[in-house]
Amino acid sequence: MPTLAQFLSQAFNGIALGSLLSLIASGLSIILGTLGVLNFAHGAMFMLGAYAAFVVLNHSDSFALALALGALLLFVFGWVTERGLIRFYYRRPKEDQILVTFGLGIMMVEAVHYIFGGLSQRVPLPSWGEGIVNFGYFIYPLYRVEAIGIVAALLLAFYVVLYRTRIGLVVRAGIEDPLMVELLGTPVRRAFLIVFCIGSMAAGIAGVIYAPLAAVIPNMGEQFLVQCFVVVVIGGLGSFPGAVVGGLVVGEILSLTTLFNPAYAQAAIYAVMTLVLIVRPRGLFGTMGRA
Amino acid sequence: MSAFDGRRLARWLPEFAMVAVLIVLPFAFAAWLGSPDLCTRILIWGIFGLGFDLLFGRTGLLSFGQAAFYGTGGFVTAYLLTSGTLDNVWLAMAAGILAATAFSVAVGFLALRRVGIYFAMITLAFGELSYFLENSPLADWTGGENGLPGVPAPTIALGGFHYSFAGSWPSYQLVAGFFFLGFVFARCVLLSPVGAVLTAIQQNPERTAALGHDVGAYKLAVFVLAAAFAGCGGALLGIFQSYMPPDAFALDTSGQLVIQTVIGGAGTLIGPAVGAAIWLSLRDLLQQVPAVGDLWKFILGFVFVVLVTFLPNGVVGAIMRWLSQLWPRHTPAVVAGAASHGVDAARREKLLAPLRPGVAAAISPPLALEARDVRKAYGGIRAVDGVSLALREGAFHAIIGPNGAGKSTFLRLLKREETVDAGQILLHGADITAADVTAAYQYGLSKSYQINQLFPRMTVRQNLRIGALGRQRGRWRLDVFRAAESFPEVEAVAAALIAELDLTACADLVVDTLPYGEKRRLELGLALASRPSVLLLDEPLAGLSPAERESVKQLIRKLGKGRTIVLVEHDMDAVFELAERITVLHEGRVLAEGAPKEISGDPQVKQAYLGGMAP
Repeated sequence: MPTLAQFLSQAFNGIALGSLLSLIASGLSIILGTLGVLNFAHGAMFMLGAYAAFVVLNHSDSFALALALGALLLFVFGWVTERGLIRFYYRRPKEDQILVTFGLGIMMVEAVHYIFGGLSQRVPLPSWGEGIVNFGYFIYPLYRVEAIGIVAALLLAFYVVLYRTRIGLVVRAGIEDPLMVELLGTPVRRAFLIVFCIGSMAAGIAGVIYAPLAAVIPNMGEQFLVQCFVVVVIGGLGSFPGAVVGGLVVGEILSLTTLFNPAYAQAAIYAVMTLVLIVRPRGLFGTMGRA
Repeated sequence: MSAFDGRRLARWLPEFAMVAVLIVLPFAFAAWLGSPDLCTRILIWGIFGLGFDLLFGRTGLLSFGQAAFYGTGGFVTAYLLTSGTLDNVWLAMAAGILAATAFSVAVGFLALRRVGIYFAMITLAFGELSYFLENSPLADWTGGENGLPGVPAPTIALGGFHYSFAGSWPSYQLVAGFFFLGFVFARCVLLSPVGAVLTAIQQNPERTAALGHDVGAYKLAVFVLAAAFAGCGGALLGIFQSYMPPDAFALDTSGQLVIQTVIGGAGTLIGPAVGAAIWLSLRDLLQQVPAVGDLWKFILGFVFVVLVTFLPNGVVGAIMRWLSQLWPRHTPAVVAGAASHGVDAARREKLLAPLRPGVAAAISPPLALEARDVRKAYGGIRAVDGVSLALREGAFHAIIGPNGAGKSTFLRLLKREETVDAGQILLHGADITAADVTAAYQYGLSKSYQINQLFPRMTVRQNLRIGALGRQRGRWRLDVFRAAESFPEVEAVAAALIAELDLTACADLVVDTLPYGEKRRLELGLALASRPSVLLLDEPLAGLSPAERESVKQLIRKLGKGRTIVLVEHDMDAVFELAERITVLHEGRVLAEGAPKEISGDPQVKQAYLGGMAP
């Protein structure tokens, strides 16, 4: 049996991983809920963010700059993608939307592979992230604690935008019924564009934050994409609270199962997903409405 | 006679062409690369793809988890052989395919509860699940990241004759043989009633269910069938390479299958194989070009996005369209039209009579349809609030009421499209309150919809065939070895309906291209194709011109003969002209019921319609 210290340390790991999943999945879920598009390129967007961090931190020491430029890059990338590709697909079958974003994701991964090569790159920790924190029962790397803080702040900002602003109201109404929003004279397409940019940006920022913690390789986003699907199925389609809670649940399952038997960590999240599908097909926070 | 033989020959033409291609093609690859191995590889993807094309191309179910079954089939076969559990390679293959289908029943049961986006996500998650299971928990059996080396090839031993399928050319023969059998079988499925129902499900699943086909069962069947093909492909991969690789389970495998299918052409059966040929050949070709070698996958990704955007049926679809422009096909309309004219009016009437005939002459015929205190609420709104209705056989009953009175909801409850909160619905005395929409159709209860619910990319005849097959074959049947048009009774009913509905000129045209009036008549025809005893009509006259209204009214009167009819309609002239009795609904309750004369004079009804403004 694991010791209490091990258990707490792994539980904390779960929060670190889970909050990151929450951030990525909330972007995916909001795009899905509002535009009705399941963005298969979302994992590749996360990867782009990590590479943005890699490039910036090779030329400067400023992590804040990396964060800002990574966010900007993915915001612009989302803009170009929505205007240039996605918007032509709103009226096409869901399957076509999946296929086109899937193809886009492959192109992004391959382009990065071509430019940076397939070897994993290392991104240095920011100077203020070096060191450890002593929690009494266990010690923990400082940067991971800070990363949780940054992600929490971003999720809070996301919440404020979604629930406390006019554009957020349009987005939430759009999740319920996009046609009605349009009929009421609100340019829902503009909201679609902004949602796609914000969703893309959320994935990118997550990539920047995660970059110093892992090997940066072109297909690093794939695993996160699949885990985010699980998060969305568990949390409920298009639900922001669902994405946040679902992310933390999946993060904890992954971390705590690893404590007992690492071989079953990945299988465990799919087992839970299956259970949710049987007991509550709409997910924890989902409504039965769309899809 | 000769025309019949010609048609029969045309049916098997693709199979003959396939034999020729399978004989010639490996030599072309051998001349290019020195061995037919690439061709073998393409056909393994092709076998995998035959099943996927039935699933995605035909039925419209986009699965991103096919690798789960490809890997299962491959690893079970490989394990049984390399562990020495089985000596016979054929038996091991059968066991592998069986394991893949068994796994797919479990996955399909969960994934098919949802459609579209959710289905893609869930299948992908199960694909990843099996990848991780193979990689660690089951590593003792599967070799984990190393896979299973040393998979033997099958042999044939008949008396003194002995042949082993080991080596480059023999493995091609083995794989090509399986591909051919798979192709023949997949085409049988496509041309069978099952194939027709699968196509219908893709185009309009709700109507397919309302026409008596068990959509869930057919979806599961095609999902399992696709898994069997996948398992067969996976088993052959291990045998061909003498090695079963763990990446058979990888997400990339599922993804590559999807890409190849879309590039080659979804819904064309050979599309996945053609896509595989393009993918694998381009990879080999581009990698020899120094400047772009590393970009081959990027280029294919780009081609894929362009094809998804502009060529929905891929390369094969484009070639077929181009060919059909070169040689315009003789439309079979002339032959078919003649056939339906050949059926005279008296015979048509007999053909279209309800399967369960009413007791026309009885003084007090038995009850056909009865609703007892039926209730349905949406949130706080009581859409239907305790409505009772009793219709004797042969009755023509109309339901009228202001907008929002609950008329359409009540019809949906009667047709079992929605569950009731309380109350009972009886059809010919049998309680059908718990039955679903498919069962209701099987009992002879059918409905025409307020908004046309047709199969837009099928012809008029094919539409009617789906309707008639539903009653003829029952909810669910796997008759994959007979042609969809081989039910004489179904064909006769379709032909009779085409003649009655005045659709002869467009009988073999795709429904999408027809004017609204024709579609509206076909909508009515779909409801009649099952020869129902009880017919529910939800605003059949909606959106029609005065002349068209007149002709549809005639049709309802003529084709409704001997049936029990419930009509919901806003055209009051039509209602008072057609109906024998009228029920007025108001705010979910029965306001009045009686003969047309009683209703038109009822002060309460005037009050409800005119909001108290009546004198």
